[in-house]
This record gives sequence, C-alpha cells and structure tokens, in this order.
Amino acid sequence: MIAAIKSEFRKLFSTRMWWILAIVMIGYLAFVGILMSIMFTLLGDEMTGGAVQGKTLAVTIYGFINPIGYVFPLLIGSLLFTSEFRHQTITPSLLSGANRTHLLLSKLVVSAVVGLLYGVIAVLAMIGSSAPFLQILGDGHYLGDSEVWKLIAGSLLVFVLWTMFGVALGGLIVNQVAAIVVILAMTQFVEPILGLVLGIPEATRGVAQFLPAAAGNAVVGSNSLAMGTGMGDMLTRTEGAAVLMAYIVIFALLCRFITLRRDIG
Amino acid sequence: MVTSPTIEVTSLTKDFGPVRAVDDLTFTVQPGRVTGFLGPNGSGKTTTLRMLLGLFRPTSGTALIGGKSYVELDRPGAVVGAALEASSFHPGRSGLDHLRVYAPQIGVPDSRAHELLEFVGLSDAKDRRVGGYSMGMRQRLALAYALLGDPSVIILDEPANGLDPQGIAWLRQLLRSFAAQGKTVLVSSHVLGEVQHTVDDVVVIARGKKIHASTLAELSALASKRVSVDGPDRARISRLAIDNQWQWDSENRGIVVHDVDASIVGAKAFAAGIELHRLVDEEVALGGVFFRVASQNEAPR
Repeated sequence: MIAAIKSEFRKLFSTRMWWILAIVMIGYLAFVGILMSIMFTLLGDEMTGGAVQGKTLAVTIYGFINPIGYVFPLLIGSLLFTSEFRHQTITPSLLSGANRTHLLLSKLVVSAVVGLLYGVIAVLAMIGSSAPFLQILGDGHYLGDSEVWKLIAGSLLVFVLWTMFGVALGGLIVNQVAAIVVILAMTQFVEPILGLVLGIPEATRGVAQFLPAAAGNAVVGSNSLAMGTGMGDMLTRTEGAAVLMAYIVIFALLCRFITLRRDIG
Repeated sequence: MVTSPTIEVTSLTKDFGPVRAVDDLTFTVQPGRVTGFLGPNGSGKTTTLRMLLGLFRPTSGTALIGGKSYVELDRPGAVVGAALEASSFHPGRSGLDHLRVYAPQIGVPDSRAHELLEFVGLSDAKDRRVGGYSMGMRQRLALAYALLGDPSVIILDEPANGLDPQGIAWLRQLLRSFAAQGKTVLVSSHVLGEVQHTVDDVVVIARGKKIHASTLAELSALASKRVSVDGPDRARISRLAIDNQWQWDSENRGIVVHDVDASIVGAKAFAAGIELHRLVDEEVALGGVFFRVASQNEAPR
C-alpha cells in the first residue's frame, strides 16, 4: 500500500498537468479577489445598503475561494483516474500492483495531499489578491481575526475533500472528456442554477443545502452566493464536511464495484 | 539457474457478450524455453494474455502462473514481467519517469530504471517525453518496463512490432538468453517468421481455439518440403520428376521438387544414371505451415 501510494505520487508529479492547473487556478482566484475587493470597498455601500462591510466583507470575499475555486481540485482529482484510462496506463498500473482496491485507496490518499497543496495555493491567491485592497481601500484585512482563520482552515479542508471527490468521480466516469464536461457543467452552470432555483421555495430550500457546492460553502463557512439576501439555509461546517464525505464514499464504492470490476483493456 | 514457474492454462474460455473470444484453451509454457503463442490477428491471443495477467476475468477455466492466479501472487510485478502493447504510456511523461512510476510497486530502486534504459538503448532519450518516441523506442521502453523486477516469467505481446531488423535480432538473442537462464518466456506473434528462429515450442490458436501445440521441430515436420535439383541435363531431371509423379516446378537455377525428401530424389537420380550438380533441401517456409494449420479451422462452426 505504501508502495502504491508512492507510485501514485510519481504518476501525478511526473506530468505537467498539476502545475498548469495550479497556475490557472491562481490566475482565476486572484482576478476574482482583486475585482471583488475593489468593487465592494468602493461601491459596496451602494450595492448592499451598508449590510456588507468590515469583517463581514472580508469573510465574504475570502469565502469566494470555494464557489470560484472548487472546479480545480475536482479536475486534478478526476485526472488521477481518467488519464490512466485515456492513455491506457491502467494496464501497467494493474500489472505492477494487481490489487484494485489498493489502486483506488492510494489515489484517494494522494488526492488528499494534493488537495491540501492546492488549498494552500488557493488561500494564498485569494487572500493575497484581495487583502491589500481591503486594507487600503476598505476597513481592513482582518487577517488576525479568528473567524478568518476558521475560514482558512475550512478552505484547506474543503480543497482536500474536493480533490478526493474528483478522484471518486473520475473513477466512475473514466472517459476523460466526459468527466471534464460533467465537472465544468456541474460547477459552472448546473449547481449555481439549481442552488438558486431550489433555494427560493420554502419546500426545497432544505434540499439545496445538500448539493455538493452548498455543502462545500458550509465547510468554508461562507455562503457567498446567498450573501446579503438572507436566503438559503446553510449546514454547519461539520455537517457540510459529512455531506461531502458521503458523496466521496458513495462514488468511490461505485467506482470499485463498477469500473474496477470490469475487464481492463 | 532459477527455478521459474510454469504457466498452466486450463480450459480457458472468455465470452464477450455472444462472441466467444477464447474457447476452451489448454496449454502449458515450460521454464527454460521460449514458447511462441501464434495466431492471426483477432484470434484471441491478447485476450488470453490479459486473462493470464489478471486484467480480464475468464468466463470459465483457469490461467495459473506457478499454481497461482496473477492476482494471488505476492508481488506480481516482481515475478512476472509483461509488455502488452506499445501504446500504454502517458505521452507527457519521460521514459525514465515511466519506469520510476512503477518501480516502487515492483519493489526496485530508481537505479534499476537507469540500468534498464541503458540496457534497451534508451539512455540518451530517457528525459524526453514519450509522446516524441518512435514505435521502436516505445517497444524498447515497454520491454524495459517488463524487465524492471528481473522477473522469472516474461510475457510479451507482439514485441517485434515496430522494431527494425537490428532490434529484432537483438530481441531474439535476449529471449534466447532468458531461456538459457531458466526463465519462462511466452511471446505472442501473428507472424511465424518473426519468431521461428527464437522459439522452442509453439502454441497456435485461431478463432480462440487451440489448433496446434508442439515443439517447433514437430511443426516444421508438417511443412511442405522443397528440394532444389540441378544438373547438366534438366530435361532428364524433369522427366524423372514426371515418372515418379512428383510435383515440380522449373526455376532458373534448376528444378524444384515438392514434398519429397532430398535423399529419395538423389537415390532415384542415381538409379536412373542422371548426373546431378546440386541437390539441396531448402529451408522450410514455416509461414506456409502456419497458414495451412490455421486455415484448417476456417470451416464455419
């Protein structure tokens, strides 16, 4: 199992995808961080009637890390599986280590570590790009505040979970193009829209909070999409993490008993 | 000498939906010999090898290596070295990294990867991405992967594909040396000529069924014989062939007689007082036998 984990690390870090995706993520998060911090510090009072300022504003902007960033850990996680099938390296992988459960578990372990790495990078990009503007143009960056530190801890945890989620999803949808399309569609269109649609009527509001992205926001502790409107219930951090864990376990089991039971070749 | 495991395939069958790809296949592969696993494309060779390597689940029957299935082996990558196709590489990974990725699970240090790249002649290209490798280089890399764990069982699927004649000669020597070390070597091919100078034993399949298994020598005995005869009076030689009801052709270097031993041709010519300048048993064209053996199975099932 240790050897299998070592192999998985080498698989990921011997190709370029991990740092290319990381650079795109830094660019995207920094762009949003700069844009949002300038917009809200200069025009925030007019937009929200003064409801979002000071620490609330800092937490809100730092909290964009999940809804904006979570597509990246999902993608890199899914690639751990889909690239094996795309390039048929699954054959030498299973020849050098024939235990298929170990293959899945070692990918999940590696994804957790990579998720933490991506989380650190994302936090630096998000806060590094927005904190200076909050400090200069607004009421301060609040980086010493315990609520901000909880948000940072939650961000790191949620990135770990998203990367594991990506592995499990990629293990179920092994076609690389299909997996990328599903992840992009879910994160960029389906979930945001579904979250809004389900979040408005009283009857479905409870359901909306169990969507993956909403659960991720709960882990971070900032529901940026529902910001200032008072709409949309949110789970606690622990509940949110439990919901994401449940998705991971379900997809991982499906991967083991569907994908990895099949003939390979 | 190592005591290498024997490969035992017993009543192995694989169905893909309604199609029976491998049909009740039974054969053994002995250590210390090179066994050629032969059959036309699509005859079920790769499917059989994938079952042997634990990648496909057999519909019925067993494929064992030293009495165990591949997944039951403690460290399969260290016991069995296999190269299935030349396309199983991540194009963005260097040749060296391709080996380093699998080294931990096979249980060898990174230095072994460098050693093997040297051995297969890829040292200069080891840091280049595999996407830029030629077909022959990929075959060499696949072979290096198969040999990482210094395995006692070596299974290669069409290893000569894409190799240049020099590479084929090198591979032939390599396989012979493995057999000499007592290793168990199984090599598939759809071209008998490619392996006929390499193998000791042959297993021939067509449409998933075994149609022949023997030593190479026994297979050669099935080949049509060609005896090339020449002398000052070719007309008398052809007369002799007609009188004895031999099949014969006229070629520019003389007369070729089919399916008769050279000794018989010589004796008859001597008895008839015909002067001969040349009487040669020509090397049997095994490709022809292969076709003949294979086509016996072409009748609809």
